[in-house]
Amino acid sequence: MTLAVRVIPCLDVANGRVVKGVNFVGLRDAGDPVEAAARYDAEGADELVFLDIAASHENRGILLDIVGATADCCFMPLTVGGGVRTADDVRALLRAGADKVSINSAAVERPELISELAQIFGEQCITVAVDAKQVAPNRWEIFTHGGRRATGMDAVGFAGEAARRGAGEILLTSMDRDGTRSGYDIALLKAIVAAVPVPVVASGGVGSLADLVAGVSEGGASAVLAASLFHFGEASIAEAKAVLAAAQIPVRFT
Amino acid sequence: MRVTLIDYGAGNLRSAAKALLAAGAEAVDITGCAVAVARADRIVLPGVGAFGACIAALRGISGMEEALNTAVRRRAVPFLGICVGMQLMADEGHEFGVHKGLGWIGGSVRRMRPAGLKVPQIGWNAVESTTGSLVQPGYAYFVHSYAFDVTEPADVAGLASYGAPIVAAVQRDNMLGLQFHPEKSQSYGLSLLGRWLARG
Repeated sequence: MTLAVRVIPCLDVANGRVVKGVNFVGLRDAGDPVEAAARYDAEGADELVFLDIAASHENRGILLDIVGATADCCFMPLTVGGGVRTADDVRALLRAGADKVSINSAAVERPELISELAQIFGEQCITVAVDAKQVAPNRWEIFTHGGRRATGMDAVGFAGEAARRGAGEILLTSMDRDGTRSGYDIALLKAIVAAVPVPVVASGGVGSLADLVAGVSEGGASAVLAASLFHFGEASIAEAKAVLAAAQIPVRFT
Repeated sequence: MRVTLIDYGAGNLRSAAKALLAAGAEAVDITGCAVAVARADRIVLPGVGAFGACIAALRGISGMEEALNTAVRRRAVPFLGICVGMQLMADEGHEFGVHKGLGWIGGSVRRMRPAGLKVPQIGWNAVESTTGSLVQPGYAYFVHSYAFDVTEPADVAGLASYGAPIVAAVQRDNMLGLQFHPEKSQSYGLSLLGRWLARG
């Protein structure tokens, strides 16, 4: 009887479609987001993450429609991020059916936003997405705007500040690994897990089911996120859980 | 049967409404109107957010607390509180200050401090049920940093383990409260909602 490690398929969405790139660029179409969500729901995914990687103001309605349509048929946890800047943005996503909202660039620009949102919506609702890139041995810096903009900020320090300000969870993506299928950046993951009292979701770089095991047993992640591995049919959610369970990691079977 | 789902700006209304319909409700009336709540036959109080903000939002609607007391305590209509909606049933909540709750189930809502574990608890945890409970054993989805410390053991309808036992559900007479999200707990949650809807 214990909390299960979450297996989370991530749907990167742009202009109403699921897309997947390498190192945050070079996007490839991966289908309809609501259909993909329903498939993952049926497969027993523990949570879904939608990231609006285009995140343009004029396309906000499309994202809300996708979240709403998904929440109407999938009775499972949904986390949504991309372009979230204000309490009104959070409210709109929650009303559409999101359970948690992920903030990134806006939190880096103005960390007070994390505190403000946690006060209104509760810390359990606010995920801070940390997109980090290695700049030296054991030193990673924060990038924003989908990985395009360097900030010079230390990723471990920022994750700690985010948690102190009320982030309920850190969604940690290694931009060096994202889309490369070479595994999570375990050193980065360990550093962030040790620095924050909140759960850390490992993201970026999964190429095989063994990478998921490493994220938990070596990296200490509370949840493992992958995109391509699941989207292109290489592995199912059930297979992922079977491999985790074989490594003595608690999972929920459905 | 019809279900009245209370809209006080602090809940995942759409998901709760859709899940209730999928679980067998004939209709879900989403309302922020105290008069409608006072007359309701079956009430769901959702809740996402901080305890203080939620109770303030609920009390911010003129006559709402009185309407809830009329329907749930005097008329004894079936009531379901979800997550913070369950926590509001307590005497008080300690989240960003100390706030008075509805006072229906004795106890207080306090921050969890499980040794060596992350807070909030986010994810699927195994629920154990107690005798006579609507809650059955299985995995449910939790997302919370605060837990209901219930005074009277007889009010506890379900437990989960997170470092220590935590109250997953409370039940007394016509009232049921769930710390987890049935509307987000796939088939486990829908079947529980179905049992609640089928009950008296």
